Amino acid sequence: MATATTTVPSAGPVTGSRSFISRLRDGDEIARLVTFIFAGSVVLITLLLVFELWRESYLPRHKFGFGFFVTSVWDPIFDKFGALPFIYGTVVTAGVALLIAVPLGIGAAIFLAELAPARVSDTLQFFIDLLAAVPSVIYGLLGVFVVIPMMRQYIQPALKSSLGFLPFFQGPAYGVGFLTAGIVLAIMVIPYIISVSREVLISVPRDQREAALALGATRWESTWKVVLPFARTGIMGSIFLALARALGETMAVTMVIGNTPTISASLFSPGYSIAAVIANEFTEATGDLYLQSLIELGLVLFLLTFLLNGVARLLIVVTSQRGSGMGQA
Amino acid sequence: MSNRLRWRKFVSHFMLTMTGLCALVAVAVLFFILGYLVYHGGASVSWNFFTKLPAPVGETGGGMANAIVGSAKLLLLACLLGVPIGFFGAIYLAEFSGGPIAFVVRYAADLLNGVPSIVIGIFAYGLVVLPFKHFSTLAGGFALGLMMIPITLRSTEEFLRAVPRALREGAMALGASQWKTIASVVVPAAYRGILTAILLAFARVAGETAPLLFTALGNRFWSPGWSQPTASLPVMIFTYAIAPYDDWHRQAWAAGLVLLGLILITNIVARVILSRGIAVPRT
Repeated sequence: MATATTTVPSAGPVTGSRSFISRLRDGDEIARLVTFIFAGSVVLITLLLVFELWRESYLPRHKFGFGFFVTSVWDPIFDKFGALPFIYGTVVTAGVALLIAVPLGIGAAIFLAELAPARVSDTLQFFIDLLAAVPSVIYGLLGVFVVIPMMRQYIQPALKSSLGFLPFFQGPAYGVGFLTAGIVLAIMVIPYIISVSREVLISVPRDQREAALALGATRWESTWKVVLPFARTGIMGSIFLALARALGETMAVTMVIGNTPTISASLFSPGYSIAAVIANEFTEATGDLYLQSLIELGLVLFLLTFLLNGVARLLIVVTSQRGSGMGQA
Repeated sequence: MSNRLRWRKFVSHFMLTMTGLCALVAVAVLFFILGYLVYHGGASVSWNFFTKLPAPVGETGGGMANAIVGSAKLLLLACLLGVPIGFFGAIYLAEFSGGPIAFVVRYAADLLNGVPSIVIGIFAYGLVVLPFKHFSTLAGGFALGLMMIPITLRSTEEFLRAVPRALREGAMALGASQWKTIASVVVPAAYRGILTAILLAFARVAGETAPLLFTALGNRFWSPGWSQPTASLPVMIFTYAIAPYDDWHRQAWAAGLVLLGLILITNIVARVILSRGIAVPRT
């Protein structure tokens, strides 16, 4: 995985002590320069992206200021733009997704890392990797034609009759809405949680398990009380990674969330998310303020995922180093 | 055996069975998706689907030939942008650099990798669509290419690093210059890994929809050249799925099946290539 990379110290660059002139003559310096330009362009592109988002969201940043994030009126006709319903929808759907995906994903990762024989584990992991490769528009397609009807006919009525006294499960069952989007998102992020958590769990030193078992712990007790706490930070990393994916996910959410800017405690209510509103309204945005408000939403999304990915990477690196270094001591 | 111990053993068995169930559910989702697409899409994939233009609204029939060609063009552009930058950038990271510059490049690549695809779309819109004042194949390909860069770069770098140092030293001891060593020893030794990296990056962007929405836009007809809006399979699936026509839904299923087939096959091929290789980095 590109996210959990560590450097391999044995195979670094072999730069001898030859003089600059001879390196130049051999073409080494030219090759170095050419590849440097390619590598440098990655940095340039990234900087340009941040700059573009910042510059192109100038108008709403100055007109609305912080109020952009706390007002809930989204009215292109009167040029009033508040992002609250979209932020709310994004957070709620991602929250629902994690509530479902975290137990399932970690459970599956435990099975793959602790119980399954290596062959079975690798085969299942292969399928999980394929699942992670399924594009989001396909999840959206299945969301529209499978999940939405199922929610409307069975799941939402059932939740309403059993847990209807809670504010989360009230109102008419449209099929679309926060809950549906959350469920589809959960299905989409489970593979990420499984893959990263499995690797983290596998990197837990074997003697930790053996010590627990030798003290008379059952298999589950050694997993729950020893292995999981050891791998805790790395698993947190996988959750943050999943959260970042869920927040930025566009197509599947757009197709099932209902696309109505509402703030409602009920998960049955149709809603909207940041990514979905950008996807739906970007090409139709008339007027600079409208377009730039959408771009500012993009900036918000960028910053959120940037922070979450940063934290996730840190947590995963910390754990894998602990697993391979300190654990052996 | 005391009750307490029996209880602990029961909990252990129960919870471990539950974890097995979790794994089963997760994998079952894949087969459910595949089965459903084959069941619904299989019936609608026909010769017409690959050769005809979309029928006018209201008429049944027609196909997605323009979207298939459009996707191919977009992906070609994406590879032209993403593969060279990713590949040569990775050579710089793995072979020429080790200091703070490499750190900055890696950091930027990881950052770019985490950017939500819809934000990539906004960026491509501002950089390519606005100056040309036109939605175009070019803009869409640019957006997809951007997404390919970090994936290709980071995995290629890992595979290059996995090439044993002794191979490099052997070549240099024979008097080869550094770039000669890279070109004739290091890259060939890592080529399976590099190919895998490129294929996986390709598969990843082949299904991307969000960055195309306001760069390549969409088109119900052929898109000549590179500067016109173009149809693409993922965007077609999106627009057809949320449209109210039954015939369009059938076509969306067919397009979904074709797209997923392409992506899964690319993934499997990539992994088969890798599994036969020698130099595999520690993942």
